[in-house]
Amino acid sequence: MSGASHAVAAPPARPRSALVVAGIIFAALALIPIVAEFAGGAYLTSLAVRAMILAIVAISLDLLMGHGGLVSFGHSAFVAIGAYAAGIMLTEGVYEITLILPVAMGAAALFALASGAVCMRTSGVSFIMITLAFGQMVYFALGSLAQYGADDGLTIWSAPDALGTKWLASKTGVYVTVLIALVGTWALVHRITGSRFGRVLRAARQNPVRVSSMGYSVFRYRLTAYVIAGMIAAVAGVLWATHAAFVSPSLGSWQRSGDLIVMVVLGGMATRNGALIGALFFIVIEEVLSSITHDWRLIFGPLLILIALYARGGLVGLLDRIQGDRT
Amino acid sequence: MTGAVLELRGLHKAFGALVVTDGIDLDLHRGECHALIGPNGAGKTTLINQISGALQPDAGRISFEGRDVTDLSVADRAVAGLGRSFQITSILPDFTVLENVALAAQRRDGSSFRFLGRAARETRLNDAAMEALGQLGLETRADVVAGALSYGEKRLLELAIAIAGQPHVLLLDEPMAGMGRAESESLTATLLGIKKRYPILLIEHDMEAVFQLADRVSVLVAGAIVASGTPDEVRTDPQARAAYLGDDHTGDAA
Amino acid sequence: MSTTLILIQILNGLQLGVILFLIAAGLTLVFGVMGFINLAHGVQYMVGAYLAYWGYGVTGSFVLALLMALPLALLMGLVLEFLVFRHLYDRDHLSQVLATFGVILFLNQLAKVIFGPASLSVPPPEFLDFSFTLIDGLLYPAYRIAVIVAGLLVALILWLVITRTRVGMLIRAGATNPDMVSALGVNVRQLFLIVFGFGAMLAGFAGVMAAPIFSVEPGMGDNLLIVAFVVIIIGGAGSIRGAFVAALLVGLVDTLGRTLVTDGLRLVMDASSANQIGPAIASMLIYVLMALVLFWRPEGLFAARAAR
Repeated sequence: MSGASHAVAAPPARPRSALVVAGIIFAALALIPIVAEFAGGAYLTSLAVRAMILAIVAISLDLLMGHGGLVSFGHSAFVAIGAYAAGIMLTEGVYEITLILPVAMGAAALFALASGAVCMRTSGVSFIMITLAFGQMVYFALGSLAQYGADDGLTIWSAPDALGTKWLASKTGVYVTVLIALVGTWALVHRITGSRFGRVLRAARQNPVRVSSMGYSVFRYRLTAYVIAGMIAAVAGVLWATHAAFVSPSLGSWQRSGDLIVMVVLGGMATRNGALIGALFFIVIEEVLSSITHDWRLIFGPLLILIALYARGGLVGLLDRIQGDRT
Repeated sequence: MTGAVLELRGLHKAFGALVVTDGIDLDLHRGECHALIGPNGAGKTTLINQISGALQPDAGRISFEGRDVTDLSVADRAVAGLGRSFQITSILPDFTVLENVALAAQRRDGSSFRFLGRAARETRLNDAAMEALGQLGLETRADVVAGALSYGEKRLLELAIAIAGQPHVLLLDEPMAGMGRAESESLTATLLGIKKRYPILLIEHDMEAVFQLADRVSVLVAGAIVASGTPDEVRTDPQARAAYLGDDHTGDAA
Repeated sequence: MSTTLILIQILNGLQLGVILFLIAAGLTLVFGVMGFINLAHGVQYMVGAYLAYWGYGVTGSFVLALLMALPLALLMGLVLEFLVFRHLYDRDHLSQVLATFGVILFLNQLAKVIFGPASLSVPPPEFLDFSFTLIDGLLYPAYRIAVIVAGLLVALILWLVITRTRVGMLIRAGATNPDMVSALGVNVRQLFLIVFGFGAMLAGFAGVMAAPIFSVEPGMGDNLLIVAFVVIIIGGAGSIRGAFVAALLVGLVDTLGRTLVTDGLRLVMDASSANQIGPAIASMLIYVLMALVLFWRPEGLFAARAAR
């Protein structure tokens, strides 16, 4: 019954075409601020920033889910931890991003280490539920921070400084920073999965018994992956706080974690661009549909069902098959 | 004690009322192949699982190269040098054959907490893997996804993974399981070569293979060793014949 | 903290507990027997509540509304099984999560379209529209007592069905060893359909019972679904007995925690901070409980499946 950890991974896409697809996506994202000058304006860039931040989180989740077989239902907690670390420091007068980032990542790493050590004792559905439990604990804990807005959230009155400059106070600055962070995360996670560490992690997803009898402590590798993914999500949280100038416990709600899982599965797990495409698709389709009808979920819901039923391997798997049919 | 690389002393294990390991003492010496035979359900795999650390014995001690490893985890025992193969094929089905074996080689070659370098491009690992594959005649299948191998090839890969970890001792749990006659014979020949380099504790039902490979044979019945000696001694031992060879083997060999 | 207040909280806890049990019963069987993760189970609860609202509007009688709602909730479960779920039994858990998530989005929005986004209310039946005097000066609504009694009755009936009937035996066997049941030549698809349909009906029943107590609104089942998952993890997947014990436990811990934690904190800090932090910690309690259970007994308190 540990089906969750044996989820079917899509066949690996041809590496070169995956690289081209990623290049096109990043180029399109880089062009958006220019397009926004003519049409869409701040709304379009803000939407793109949101999508990119979620894509960062989704990519980090895919490291766990797709490559590690660890389906975390509490990943948004790390986003919230990062966002609150930024929110609280900015409120308390610490403005320098080079201080905020390490603190946010450190807090996420500590939480990942402590909660992960417990979570890694379980597997399959139990793992899903125990990560949910820890996520909920963070959610409620943040809601109890009376001096920082409690349930209502915390408005951030000043943007962080970047090495003393006001780079992150400008829309362009935030946009460029988020885009760089996205490309960096994408490249980093890809490198990690191809590394020695990633090889052990991917092997443990397929057959933990074999991997431990080779002499690898599966626990240690999984926990390390959990910490890395948590730290990346915390960076996304800092970016979110910077972009939105507002943080609230709902950043860490279970619905957010559920959305993230959906994004990764939707795009295609353990593929080079699946999580990226899944997150962007999720946000874009949400915007497009909601501009057509207020009741866009009536369309989006059945769309998800159809994808679950007929598109094994998610959107990337679907694209691969279409390509495969043509050649 | 001279040359005993693996020593079991008073090993005991029970699942509820069912005693599966009943006070077993067993030695594996350097340079020897010690075969463990016995009818199905005699507790052979349970014993291997206790040696490799997958199961904790209720009582008794396991020492490996003079060191007590009874409380070590599976991974730590493997690091110490206990390599094993599984009766039910246990490979990494989504990896290529090469990557399966390279992962085992990686354990012997520096830290695996390296996050950025491309493991697939490390020639030292790939060379080590190819060498292990070569010993089992799998080198032409290196780029095939392991899940797509034939059954016999998967059995060989299973062994290649165990060897690539450069263990000090090999625990082989029915390497011939499910193989045809020709395949078994060729694997026996391969194991004769491997035997020169590693002490082997061998569980096997194929008596022809056992008598060709083993320097010593122990007969396990209902969790206890009832006879132990050279293949010839065991072949003629009345207790061993009654317990095992008599009924089970005649049908097999026919 | 007065004893009367504790008594009221215990009753409220039991009431939440039986509602959780009605939802968790179907969920644990679907999960335990079929290994199916049905996120859309909470939506069945919402459907029940809306059916009660609609039925009451049509008939003006709560009892008639209940009688209309039950078969409709059953039908709803069967339709969903036929259209979506049965195509997902052989698939991995994540496909199930994705598809049932889609079902949630669709039905929540549909409820919003049909009934509007505002929260609605349904009055309790007239013959239960009075209050008991528990102790001097302490009134407790009869309807809430009735919910507890009805929930316990359903639990009893369910227990009889599971332990005394052939279908119940098959369900138990399926939760313990799914392969064996199909090997016995039982029509597993039909068994699944039955489990699904009645699981949906139980959740719908919970929704009807809850309609006069909680507000009826889109998405009302979502948070309760998560708590129901907590219940089945604590109780052990596939175990009705486990679901029952865990549901009452979670109901009581959650309800009592809300008052007791804040009161306890007042002893060590000033009242306003205690009022702030207390509810948050209380909300965490059931998740802490689940994490502890998963840590010490990963298979839950009453594991249906034999340990291997």
